[in-house]
Amino acid sequence: MEKEKLKDIIQSMISDVEILTDKQFLEVTVRTDQVLKMAELLKNSSETSFDYLFCESAVDFNDHFMMVYHLDSTKFRHQIVLKTKIADRENPVVDSVCAVWIGAEYHEREIFDLFGIRFNNHPDLRKIFLDNDWVGFPLRKDYTDPINIVER
Amino acid sequence: MAEEIISGQLEEQEFSINMGPQHPSTHGVLRMVLKLKGETVKEVKPQLGYIHRGIEKMTEKLTYPQIIHLTDRLDYLSAHILNEAVCLTVENAIEVEVPERVKYIRTIMDELNRIASHQLWWCAFGMDLGALTSFFYGLRDREKILDIFEESCGARLLVSYNVPGGLMNDIHPNFQKRVKEFITYFRKKLPEYDALLTGNPIMQERTKGVGMLTKEQAIAYGVTGPSGRGSGFSCDVRKHQPYSAYSKVDFKEILYPEGDTFARYKVRIDEMWESMKIIEQLIDNIPEGDYTAKMKAVIKLPVGEYYQRVEAARGEFGVYVVSDGNKTPYRMKFRSPNFSNLSAINLMASGQKIADLVAIGGSMDFVIPDMDR
Repeated sequence: MEKEKLKDIIQSMISDVEILTDKQFLEVTVRTDQVLKMAELLKNSSETSFDYLFCESAVDFNDHFMMVYHLDSTKFRHQIVLKTKIADRENPVVDSVCAVWIGAEYHEREIFDLFGIRFNNHPDLRKIFLDNDWVGFPLRKDYTDPINIVER
Repeated sequence: MAEEIISGQLEEQEFSINMGPQHPSTHGVLRMVLKLKGETVKEVKPQLGYIHRGIEKMTEKLTYPQIIHLTDRLDYLSAHILNEAVCLTVENAIEVEVPERVKYIRTIMDELNRIASHQLWWCAFGMDLGALTSFFYGLRDREKILDIFEESCGARLLVSYNVPGGLMNDIHPNFQKRVKEFITYFRKKLPEYDALLTGNPIMQERTKGVGMLTKEQAIAYGVTGPSGRGSGFSCDVRKHQPYSAYSKVDFKEILYPEGDTFARYKVRIDEMWESMKIIEQLIDNIPEGDYTAKMKAVIKLPVGEYYQRVEAARGEFGVYVVSDGNKTPYRMKFRSPNFSNLSAINLMASGQKIADLVAIGGSMDFVIPDMDR
């Protein structure tokens, strides 16, 4: 499906959405409190049918976090990127999308472990890689590790 | 106590045991905490992180040509394909068109790598089920591919043959001859795999109807690669978003709708035939030309975000790069197929026996460094 057509469909679903068409994928940015609603709409709408979450990640931009969801539709074979900005660095929280794509469970555990972003209504939010007594969140930009030095 | 056992009044209870981290059937350092009732698995909780090396964090301090060597160490059995993913990301970002010759060689190497990976999977799968002989047959044939790798790349397992812009060096003069010899040889040997294991009644008893995963579940969990295609989930990146020379070749996407362990087994066997078909279409037509495009000494990606999907031997591998214009990435995320495939193990193994869990794990073909990263 054409990006422009997809843009019109998504724009009609939800207000307060920002859509960029000049990137590799169509880029949809929503408010943090609307992620779950947007995810449900994108998956369940018969026109978009994004049923396959192929990548979920987070990026630390120093003053905020960005959650990035890469979505694919096995029916229409189109892809988009869903993004949301988490402004609160001290206490980052976002709704879990596990209820929509169950495959997000491990990805969110990883993000919780390495970025310290908490997910509301996640079925099993535990650290996945690091020890339970690990201090700090390694993938944050301000993380320093005096023992295992990675700086050169 | 003895009287209670005889009279059958002993209280049944659930208990937890650790499978791994040093368990041969987990193929690496993976620990699975099993909740058992008798011999029936009630719940599987995988514990990861035993070989977590923080590769995503390390990439933030390394240049792109250096990162190639780290991707080898993710899924070491499809090292070539993972290298290619990073190279394609860089090439697309700085808009470099690689020579046709490079595309052809990369595709041939990818498929050789896929065959080698599936051969090792077949060895290990047979051994998981107690058929030790398969291990010798598979390794015998895999050695021939590794010899071809060694000749051209200088390495057998962690090849690092791709560099951004092309290849590390040109193929060895013997390359085409050796590959053709291998195809002729392996076309004769692959039916042996079927004769030895596929038709074996014990093997069929242990795999048919075990570890069911429906198509909808595979999509929801993001189970890709042969494991996903064994559930009828059409997820072959080579077909849907062709890269390198895949758009020029004719091949079938192997799909089995059953969704059990045997279907996943069959997908991989059939994929080896398809891979040979792809190589045969390309091997005589490698165009003349340079083995690398002209690249700047220091590679800097323009500010922006880039995503590249490739089909590794175990499923869809993705590279997500956020660049701030420097020679090192600002953030690099690897979407590894095994990590997503593992998330479905609880669903597949619940209600089965412990021995079935071994068969299911074998059919998912786990590579642990790829999960832990």
